[in-house]
Amino acid sequence: MTLTDQNRAPLYEALEELKTMHIVPFDVPGHKRGKGNKDLADFLGAKCLAVDINSMKYLDNICHPTGVIKEAEELTAQAFGAKHAYFMVNGTTSAVQSMVLYVVKRGDKIILPRNVHRSVINAFVLCGAVPVYINPQINSDLGISLGMAYNDVVNAIEQNPDAKAVFVNNPTYYGICSNLRKITELAHKHNMLVLVDEAHGTHLYFGEDLPVSAMAAGADMASVSMHKSGGSLTQSSLLLSGDNINSDYLRQVVNLTQTTSGSYLLMSSLDISRRRLFLHGKEIFKRVSELAQYARDEINEIGDYYAYSRELVNGDTVFDFDVTKLSINTSGVGLAGIEVFDLLRDEYDIQIEFGDLENILAYISVGDSDKNIEQLIGSLSEIRRRYKKARTSSLKHEYINPVVEMSPQDAFYAKKISMDIRKTAGEICGEFVMAYPPGIPILAPGERITEQIIDYIIYAKEKGSLITGPEDMHIQRLNILQGGR
Amino acid sequence: MEFWYSEKHTENVYLSIKVDKQLYSSTSRFQRIDVFESLEFGRFLALDGFMMLTEKDEFIYHEMITHVPMAVNPNIKTVLVIGAGDGGVLRELTKYPSIDRIDVAEIDEEVVRVCKQFLPKTACGFEDRRVNMYYQDGMKFIRRHTGEYDLIIVDSTDPFGPGEGLFTKEFYGNCYNALKEDGIMVNQHESPFYEEDAAAMKRAHKRIYDSFPISKVFQAFIPTYPSGHWLFGFASKKYHPVHDANEKRWELFGIKTRYYNSNLHKGAFYLPNYVEEMLKNVE
Repeated sequence: MTLTDQNRAPLYEALEELKTMHIVPFDVPGHKRGKGNKDLADFLGAKCLAVDINSMKYLDNICHPTGVIKEAEELTAQAFGAKHAYFMVNGTTSAVQSMVLYVVKRGDKIILPRNVHRSVINAFVLCGAVPVYINPQINSDLGISLGMAYNDVVNAIEQNPDAKAVFVNNPTYYGICSNLRKITELAHKHNMLVLVDEAHGTHLYFGEDLPVSAMAAGADMASVSMHKSGGSLTQSSLLLSGDNINSDYLRQVVNLTQTTSGSYLLMSSLDISRRRLFLHGKEIFKRVSELAQYARDEINEIGDYYAYSRELVNGDTVFDFDVTKLSINTSGVGLAGIEVFDLLRDEYDIQIEFGDLENILAYISVGDSDKNIEQLIGSLSEIRRRYKKARTSSLKHEYINPVVEMSPQDAFYAKKISMDIRKTAGEICGEFVMAYPPGIPILAPGERITEQIIDYIIYAKEKGSLITGPEDMHIQRLNILQGGR
Repeated sequence: MEFWYSEKHTENVYLSIKVDKQLYSSTSRFQRIDVFESLEFGRFLALDGFMMLTEKDEFIYHEMITHVPMAVNPNIKTVLVIGAGDGGVLRELTKYPSIDRIDVAEIDEEVVRVCKQFLPKTACGFEDRRVNMYYQDGMKFIRRHTGEYDLIIVDSTDPFGPGEGLFTKEFYGNCYNALKEDGIMVNQHESPFYEEDAAAMKRAHKRIYDSFPISKVFQAFIPTYPSGHWLFGFASKKYHPVHDANEKRWELFGIKTRYYNSNLHKGAFYLPNYVEEMLKNVE
C-alpha cells in the first residue's frame, strides 16, 4: 500500500460497481433498494436507499473483514498513522467501550480524568472495572474544566501501580488538551496503556498547527468521531490502535457489542470522508481555523463576550488549545450560556452546539460560509444590545475528590432506594449526578455521598447550574444503595 | 439566430428578453456577473442569473428607494447604503446638496467595476466627493456603527445568495443600532405575489416590525421584476412615512423625477387588501 492509494475509496467503489451489476435482491433489507418503501425513498432519496445493502460477497463483512472493508480500514489506518483502524457503526460510544473492554476486566483499574464522557463510565458498568479519578482542574473565571496536570498523573500512577491504563481526553469539548506525549511516555514506562477519547479531535490528524493527535503522540488506542469534524454521517466513527495492541483480539472485543448488520451508508461515509481528509484536510482545516479565528476576533471586539483561545495555554492543565473550536464565555453579558443558546435559536434562527451556565460552543466546520459566521456575530452583538444584564456573581467551582466505594458495575446492579437528598450523607450513590458547568460528574454510581457533596449540589442548583443524571429531574431525591451506609 | 435571456420567476413562470449580445460575463468571489444588451430594455445586469436592473426600468426602483425617505426627512445628512453596487441609489442621493456623507458597504467590488464600465447611465454617482466606498459585507460593516446615520438604504439582492444575511433579524437590529434617534431604514422588500417571494417578504416584514417602532411597506411597479409588483420597507424610530412627509420641503429641492412625485408618495403606501392581510398576519 502506497500513499497514492489514498486516492481510492474501496468500499465506495465496490458500492458503485454493485449498482451496475443489477443483482436481484432476495436478501435483507426488505425495502429492496427502496422499491418496497416509496415514502422512505421519496424522503431520503433513491440513491441513498440503493446502497442501503446488507453485507455480501462483494461488500465484505464488518465483523470479519477480508475484502473491501479491510482495504478501506487499512487505508484509514495509514491516513491516521495508526497500526490498525476499525470502522465503527455504533457511534464513538462503542469505540470508547471497546477500548475499555479491551484493557480491563472486573476489578482492574483505569486512571482517568473526572471530566470523561459518560460513555466511559458506562463501559465500567459493562465490565466491572474500577475508576481512579484525577481532578482535571478548573478555570474558575471561565467555568470550564481543563486537562490533567502532569504531576497529578504521576501521583495517580505511583498510588495505583496496578492500574492497567491511563485515559485522556484529546481535546475536551471546549478545546483543551493535556500533555498527551509526556503522559503517554510516563504511562508506558509503568507498563500502562494509553486510551484517548478523540471524539472532538478528527481534524488533529489532518490540519496543520493543531494539537498533537493520539497516534502521533504514541498512544495505544483512540476513539475518533469522524462524524464531527471529519464530515462522515452521524453515528459513524473510528477506533484506532497502535503497536502495543493485539488487533485480532481488539476485533473480537469490538464484536461483543457492535451490530452484525453494519450500515453501508455509514461505512461508505467513513471511506469517502477519509479520502477527502487525506487529500484536502490541510486546506479544509486551515479554512476552519481561519473562520474560527475571524469569529473570535470579531466577537471579542463586540465587548463583554470572551472567545478564548491559545492565550489560556499554561504548559500543563492547558497544554494546548484546539483553535478550530469556538468557545465563548458569556458571563460578561450577564447572561448564562444557556440563555444565549436559547436566544440564538428562538430569536435569530441559529442553532449552536452547546450552552452551559457560563459558556456557549458554536461548532465551526468547512460547511460554514462567511455569511453564516457574520450572522452568528451579528446576532451575538444584538443579544448584547438587547438583553445585557448586570454581571451576576458566578458559581464558585469546587472539585470534590470522589470516594469510590465499589465498582460502577456493582453499584449499578445493586438494590437501590430513593431518599431525600439532604439525608443521604454517608450513603453510597446509585446514579450519576452531573453539573454543567463545569461538566464534571459530582457523583457516579458506587461513590460515597458526603455533606460537602450535598451542599455543593444544592448550591450549584441554586446558582442555575444544569444538574443532570438522577432519576428525579428536580434533584430533590437521590437513588442510593440499600445497606450501603 | 435568436438569443434569449430567461429568468425563472417561479418553477412554472419565465420572463424572457430577447438579447442582442452579451457584453460581459465573469464569476467573482461572491457571484456570477452578466451584462447583456437587449433591444427592448437596453443593457441589463444579472447576478447569479437573476435580473438586477435594466436601463429601461431601473429609474423606478432607484427613485422609490431614495426619494421616499428623503421626503419624510429632508434634513437627512448622513446616509449608509448597503449593497447598491450598480450605483443607481448613489445617482439619486447625490442630487441632494444637503447630504454631507454617503457611506457605501458593497460586498463585491467586481460588480461596481462592471457597472461603471457597462452601465454608465446608472453607475454615475461613485465619483461624488461625499461618497465613501467600503468593500465589505454589510453585516460586518454595520456592527461597528452606533447612532451614526440618518438614513440606511438596504439595496440588497434576493435573500438567496450573498444577500441572505441582509434579511435577518440581527441585521435589522444592527441597523436600528446604527441609526440616530430619528433614523430611517428603507429596504428592498421582495414581492407579495408569487408564493416564494411572498414568504421572503413576510419574513422580512416580521423581523423589521419586531425591530422598529414604525414599520410600513410601500409599493412600485417594476416591469422586469417577478410579477412586476414590488415592495419596499420603510422602518423608522420616529417618523411616519405619510403623516410626516414634507411635500413642500421636498419640492424645494427641485429634483426632476420620472416616477416619484408627492401624490404617488402617499399612494404608494396604500396597499392591496391581500398584501395588507399578509403584513397584518405577521405583525
